[in-house]
Amino acid sequence: MLEFQSVSYQYSSEDFDIIDRLSFRVSPGSFHCIIGISGCGKSTIFRMTNGLLRQKAGEILVGGERIQGRKNYCGYMPQKDLLFPWRTVGGNVTLPLEIRGGLSKKELRKQGETALADVGLAGCFDKMPDELSGGMRQRAAFARTMLTGSDLLLLDEPFSALDFLTRISMQEWLLDQWQRHNKTILFITHDVEEALFLSSSVLVVEKTPIHELKEIPVPAAFPRDRSCLKTPEMVELKEHLIDLLRKQVTP
Amino acid sequence: MKNLRTSCKANLPAGIFSFALLLCWQLGAMKMNKAFILPSPTQILQKLWELREPLLTVHLPTTMLITGIGLVISLVLGLALAVVMDANDLVRKMLYPVVVVSQTIPTTAIAPLFVLWFGYSIWSKVLVTVLITFFPITITVYDGLRSSKTEMEELLQTYGARKRDIFMKIKVPCALPYFFSAIKMAVPISIIGAAIGEWLGAKSGLGYFSKRMMTQLDGAGVFAPIVLLSAVAILAVGIVSLLEKRFVRWRGES
Repeated sequence: MLEFQSVSYQYSSEDFDIIDRLSFRVSPGSFHCIIGISGCGKSTIFRMTNGLLRQKAGEILVGGERIQGRKNYCGYMPQKDLLFPWRTVGGNVTLPLEIRGGLSKKELRKQGETALADVGLAGCFDKMPDELSGGMRQRAAFARTMLTGSDLLLLDEPFSALDFLTRISMQEWLLDQWQRHNKTILFITHDVEEALFLSSSVLVVEKTPIHELKEIPVPAAFPRDRSCLKTPEMVELKEHLIDLLRKQVTP
Repeated sequence: MKNLRTSCKANLPAGIFSFALLLCWQLGAMKMNKAFILPSPTQILQKLWELREPLLTVHLPTTMLITGIGLVISLVLGLALAVVMDANDLVRKMLYPVVVVSQTIPTTAIAPLFVLWFGYSIWSKVLVTVLITFFPITITVYDGLRSSKTEMEELLQTYGARKRDIFMKIKVPCALPYFFSAIKMAVPISIIGAAIGEWLGAKSGLGYFSKRMMTQLDGAGVFAPIVLLSAVAILAVGIVSLLEKRFVRWRGES
């Protein structure tokens, strides 16, 4: 689904490649979490994939084709929900469709309402974003990402600003969405438990510059509930991952 | 109805304060008893009533015409400058300092020159109005366009948005509250501009009328057109505020 072929990237303010000949591939329909300490460059991987940054060298393929010059091949959901406060929730959700163009107002509304109902926000089309709670706003932002129509979703710490209880219910909700829609999801987080609960395998950034992502399969089957986090293998893996990350924080 | 009542309640302290000030003025003026220097509010109102016909049919329309034309030109000029400065870095570096420096020109001092150029036609007055009105519009709207968040623009870019999409869907809505603030500033300023222009050389208009009363040592006559101007400005700003409530459903961060 997504493939990096020895991709490098350098920020103009730095004298080294933060992404250094990185290669990895993600198979269709999988759910991967990328974990790493903050500032390690994991968001850079996303920003190259969605085309906001242009790699210095190497190729990025989505669905087997190079991303240069392509549009709408991935849906990107940033950390903040970024709902435009001057638009209704429906107007926000249908933004990707509106930009692609070619749909009548009626069709936009229909698709928007379906997408909102799908994330449990039926009847919110005409509300303003500030009438929604934090979790509802993230679900609206997710509906907007879904309406990009892409099979590859890049979610950059979407739940990090939510309170703990909302966060865990949103995680369960996201797994449900993933299983029903058969999307490929890449999910950035620095919360180890979140990564373990969500993903089929975890991609760990062990050091910066990023030369490789260490893939660690998660020993739990889908569908999951939170009790899977208590099995001995999971607890052990969690400790192992935390150790890996802590080594980088305090060298 | 309920809105009306709450807004009345909210403005009550300001109302009482203004009334007290007027009362002091009235008492002071009565005690002083020199109407050519300090006319009392009641004398001004009386004068306004006496002069209602020439003021409302001749002089107010002239001033409003100048204000209107000046305001429209300032809006077009201000918006155009703001948009090009936001769109192009080189243009911004070229124009921004010039726009700022243009405000250091003592307009009132060089306005007689405009009379020399344009005669007593309305255009000398329109120029004064534009010169002092376009600046707040330019700067405020420019700030509004700049207030849009890069993150939002990037999000739209990932949806394949073009520059025009980003301008229409992010820049314009972001600048809209600023735009209304700009108009609320610009309306009174443009009226002042028109009045100053008329003071300096005109054949009709409220500013001109006020000046003529001055030469006749008619204190109340000086004040009457000014009271009228203030009333018009308050009314205009009120109308803009109503429009703003209708079109701007949000302000700043949500």
